Amino acid sequence: MSDSGRSETSSPLLSMSQQEGRALARHGLMDRLFKNGTGALAILVLVLLGGIMLSLLISSWPALVTYGGQFFTENRWAPNQQVFGALPAIYGTLITSLIAVVIAVPVSFGIAIFLTELCPAVLRRPLGVTVELLAGIPSIIYGMWGVLVLAPLLQWLSPTIFPTGTGLLTAGIILAVMIIPFITATVRDVMNTVPAVLRESAYGVGCTTWEVVRSVVLPSIRVGMVGGVILGLGRALGETMAVTFVIGNNLFFSATLTGQGTSIAALIATQFNESTGVQRSALLALGLILFLITFAVLACARLMLKRMQRRMP
Amino acid sequence: MPSTNAYSASTPETKPQVTPGVTLAERGAKNTPNSTKLLVEDLNFYYGKFHALKNISMEIPANEVTAFIGPSGCGKSTLLRCFNRIHDLYPNMHTKGRLMLDGYDINDRSIDINLLRARVGMVFQRPTPFPMSVFDNIAFGVKLYERLPRREMEERVEWALRKAALWDEVKDKLRQSGQALSGGQQQRLCIARSIAVRPEVILLDEPTSALDPISTGYIEDLVNELKQDYTIVIVTHNMQQAARVSDMTAFMYLGELIEYDRTSKIFTQPRNKQTEDYITGRYG
Repeated sequence: MSDSGRSETSSPLLSMSQQEGRALARHGLMDRLFKNGTGALAILVLVLLGGIMLSLLISSWPALVTYGGQFFTENRWAPNQQVFGALPAIYGTLITSLIAVVIAVPVSFGIAIFLTELCPAVLRRPLGVTVELLAGIPSIIYGMWGVLVLAPLLQWLSPTIFPTGTGLLTAGIILAVMIIPFITATVRDVMNTVPAVLRESAYGVGCTTWEVVRSVVLPSIRVGMVGGVILGLGRALGETMAVTFVIGNNLFFSATLTGQGTSIAALIATQFNESTGVQRSALLALGLILFLITFAVLACARLMLKRMQRRMP
Repeated sequence: MPSTNAYSASTPETKPQVTPGVTLAERGAKNTPNSTKLLVEDLNFYYGKFHALKNISMEIPANEVTAFIGPSGCGKSTLLRCFNRIHDLYPNMHTKGRLMLDGYDINDRSIDINLLRARVGMVFQRPTPFPMSVFDNIAFGVKLYERLPRREMEERVEWALRKAALWDEVKDKLRQSGQALSGGQQQRLCIARSIAVRPEVILLDEPTSALDPISTGYIEDLVNELKQDYTIVIVTHNMQQAARVSDMTAFMYLGELIEYDRTSKIFTQPRNKQTEDYITGRYG
């Protein structure tokens, strides 16, 4: 990637027929084109990333300068009083994603283990396809389903905990449903990469299926498992539409699990169009924060993988 | 599902004479040489519709090494895999006929499959260390059926590693990953893992085909030594290997058992023309 911009000068080769020389030159040209072309595409990714980061930083600068550290500690978001606190949104984003992962991981692993290790062959394909279809449902549909079905259901189950049915937990549950297919599909795919002979030798010492999965299959795919969970977490952190529908859009911070709240993405989605001046800048600053949170999650995952690999190469 | 100690879960009278944890001396006494350990009667095997094994009948003697030879695809690995029913893991593979271990039909419904596999250990063509430390690779299988105090577990692991001629090479690396060993060491680790659960039969499926000559030598010596305590069945592509390590040799071709006799006899005066052609290299 890094040395792709370099152009090479080929030294003249003397003892060679003209025809061979021309062919060689042609190949050399193709090689260079190929190398530089793919290299340019790769660099484009870096440029895009840098560009987005930079434009976010520039446009959120006014808000960051005006409010400084207060932007992170102020516990409410009240545009008409010109008070902008990111705390409720940051809290909402983190807590809903956490709830989603806590619910989704065991469910997804259960599904993946069933699909790869236990499922009768006839059911394997239909179930697998269903999981993939779930992953393809647009998030707005999950949002509507959340409002029409899940929220009333929660309200009916416990009106004291869910006075309106909406809130952080509701959003977390919706997010869990949304990321389950992603985590399941990833974990299933990496479980399928475990060589059959490794399973056979575990069964060969007398393991039950549970023991094979727990002690041999899952430890073999630690890296892939972390990858699947991070993929799901990344999706949960940035999910906008479905969350906006059910999170309650309460712009005051309260440290609850079930109460109404907001998330970064939901807040931006509901206010961005009508915002001007410092409010718009503050919303962009929220975007920057979301960007950094996602970045931090990925970095943590990398670090974790590195440590895991060091412990057991 | 795994019954605690009995070989057969539901019928107490067919309880095995041998339970995990019985000492080798006791076990050895039961395995009187030349008694039949595995008896195969009219065994047929199907991969879906493909008829892979045809009417195999043979007796595999206890405490001896039996080699299966034959060209690729002749069914020797398939036959080996019937002995611990590893094919049960896959749908649409099934057997017909009888396969007896110590006089018990291993395809009987009352047989606990996990316990059967603990009694009939298997080592594969490519080494398959589990993703855990060298120590745990060995202890893992033992823990499935025996609850040993730490001290005894350490002794068992050392015993298995010594038996597999690996102890001196790994005694300082017991906490390292088993997957970090060399190929030859990994294969001996797998053999140690099989021995550690104290099976009665060890199935070796081309155990040296992925190894260099030195590691191969180690493993052949090992097979020779292990037959004092175990019944060994080995599948090999290498006829010299069969001649070197085995007491009995079975030549298979296209799913049929062509000839089965003492190794010395098979390699010096085979009765069958096909066998002779194969062992003399005039393959056909």
